[in-house]
Amino acid sequence: MPKPKAGPQPQNPAQLIRGGAVASNEWRLLPASDEAPEITADTLAPGKVILPFPVWQRLREDLSDRSGEIGVWLDSNETADLLGEAARELPLVAVHFPAFADGRGFTTGRLLRERFGFTGELRAVGAFIRDQLTYLRRCGFDAYAYEGEESLEDLLPSLHDFSDSYQAAVDESRPIFRRRPLAG
Amino acid sequence: MYRYDERDRTIIGERVAQFRGQTERYLAGELNEEQFLPLRLQNGLYIQRLAPMLRIAVPYGLLNSDQLRRLARISRDYDKGYAHFTTRQNLQFNWPRLEDVPEILAELAEVEMHAVQTSGNCIRNTTSDPYAGVARDEIADPRPYCELIRQWSTFHPEFAFLPRKFKIAVNGAKADRAAIRVHDIGVQIIERDGEIGFQVYVGGGQGRTPVIAELIRDFLPEQDLLSYLEAIVRVYNQLGRRDNKYKARIKILVKALGPEEFGRRVEREWEQIRDGADRLTPEALDWARAFFDAPDYARFDAAATESDLQAQADGDKAFARWLERNTFPHRVPGYRAVRLSTKPTGVPPGDVTDSQLEAIADLADRFSFGEARVTHDQNVVLADVQQDELQALWQAARKHGFATPNIGTLTDMICCPGGDFCSLANAKSIPVAEAIQRRFDDMDYLYDLGDLNLNISGCMNACGHHHVGHIGILGVDKKGEEFYQVQLGGSSSENASLGKVLGPSFSRAEVPDVIGTILNIYVEQRRPDELFLDTYQRIGLQPFKERVYAKA
Repeated sequence: MPKPKAGPQPQNPAQLIRGGAVASNEWRLLPASDEAPEITADTLAPGKVILPFPVWQRLREDLSDRSGEIGVWLDSNETADLLGEAARELPLVAVHFPAFADGRGFTTGRLLRERFGFTGELRAVGAFIRDQLTYLRRCGFDAYAYEGEESLEDLLPSLHDFSDSYQAAVDESRPIFRRRPLAG
Repeated sequence: MYRYDERDRTIIGERVAQFRGQTERYLAGELNEEQFLPLRLQNGLYIQRLAPMLRIAVPYGLLNSDQLRRLARISRDYDKGYAHFTTRQNLQFNWPRLEDVPEILAELAEVEMHAVQTSGNCIRNTTSDPYAGVARDEIADPRPYCELIRQWSTFHPEFAFLPRKFKIAVNGAKADRAAIRVHDIGVQIIERDGEIGFQVYVGGGQGRTPVIAELIRDFLPEQDLLSYLEAIVRVYNQLGRRDNKYKARIKILVKALGPEEFGRRVEREWEQIRDGADRLTPEALDWARAFFDAPDYARFDAAATESDLQAQADGDKAFARWLERNTFPHRVPGYRAVRLSTKPTGVPPGDVTDSQLEAIADLADRFSFGEARVTHDQNVVLADVQQDELQALWQAARKHGFATPNIGTLTDMICCPGGDFCSLANAKSIPVAEAIQRRFDDMDYLYDLGDLNLNISGCMNACGHHHVGHIGILGVDKKGEEFYQVQLGGSSSENASLGKVLGPSFSRAEVPDVIGTILNIYVEQRRPDELFLDTYQRIGLQPFKERVYAKA
């Protein structure tokens, strides 16, 4: 596999959708940059911050007393198993969609919720689009740091473009064949 | 066939509403081209060379007469009065207006149809054997599994944005009539020690890099079908390449990792979900099977109906030919499956007019329990026809242009729309098909040649399946001019193989002569009972090459 080139970075808008409503973004997000290796537990400013996965991995021991305000973001090539069971302790995981067509993050979200017991805020960041909101929600996301041009209020109905579904996913533990009245 | 319940109706209805909104946002300038593209693609809407093209899903090729009549009406009201059967057993409209598409989708929803996931980088329509349920060599009917796969894959929240398109085929018979070895996932139903299960092939495909799929599981228990598919697609979604669309199909990942390693990863993923909610329950399997219960067949004395039919055939050579080429043995005595040919000379393969669609509906109602099937070689099957009605059906089919007795012969070609319609094509394909049909119009000669698949693609994306034609023709562009490369020896059967390129390409005018030379060599060299492919496999490419490229 060729090494992916350094791609676009997630923005961190002031407002986002959380819990089905427009809300203020209380977290800073540290981009994955060349300076990141120089950051230490001592130089990291206080307050809620979302760290790139490699930075978090390096500093997690040193930051253990701040665990309630340290989140992680995974880029689209960083799979859920990199966090693994450690996800249980995190207050927030953000998953980056560098392009809306890059659907790896859907799997990441689902695995964090269904396999690794993550119960904190699961935030979609990056270039996802309105028409993906139902899918994102079904894969376990509950916060959406939308970067596009439409207003957040306009986006809210698209969280529920579909009122029913065929598959089991994070929002519905039973596939349709376990929900239908199957006799006749 | 499968019938929607309230849940299906709700889901498909909400999809129509969603796409109506998306189209309105696009037409109002709120969505740009790039944003609208994946949305319209997942609703089967392409923008072609001349107009939009709308691809309607026909799950595993099955249609009832109400659906056929609705398709006819749509083609009349919103298109130019014809439609096109595709190699994914779907149906395309070539001239709808973009702003009409939401309305077309609403009309389709009324007859339990849609255009969901007929393009885009998602799981496409699952295809199968057009003789499902009636073939004598069937192990189990593939359609219940296809329907369960349709439901599992429809709006799958995790797999709507895969690295590339994803095609699944299921075959339930001993002979592979679903081309499963050239699919991203090929599922072969098997029976072992009285248990139904599946062999699972991955990483086959055509396109620029044709590959025959690899077997990664030799026996998958029936109840594990969906969880295993989920494991495969999940591994692919995480690891498939996204940096280059030509290297994004699962076949490239399977090659890169090796089939053993790919299979190990799938098994590892599957171990974690196999006991989960996707495990099919006996009730779910029974429920799915019930939709495909055998129709209410009449009882016939096998020997008597055979001899009656033989007597009819003896008196009528044209009927006898049609019987030989265009009908297929049925597991129930007194019945046959019938192929309606959409490939008379001079009509683009797979094209049918609105009145022909209605005629198919009428024939289905009159002769075959109201159902018809689209085949992957772009014809139509009426699966359950009484033998004592074959002559009446033949006469009716002749009237509507469906009785060309060329099924499985040289002129029953698979052909993509090509440069006349498609913006990807390097060359036209339909005129080549027509030139070959005109050149080889002697039915005695065609029958003497026997089973021979000739497939034509207008570019290396291979929509015309040229890699798996016994003879394959590929349109190429040489400095702005259209040329045609010829391949020999491909097959999509259970002994699947990829064709080998004969040599330098030819101009369009040369193609019929080249085909003629190839056929002459076959006729000279064949042994008794050898089909073209058999002779090719015995003597190889060289004799063909020498003669075709011999200095005049």
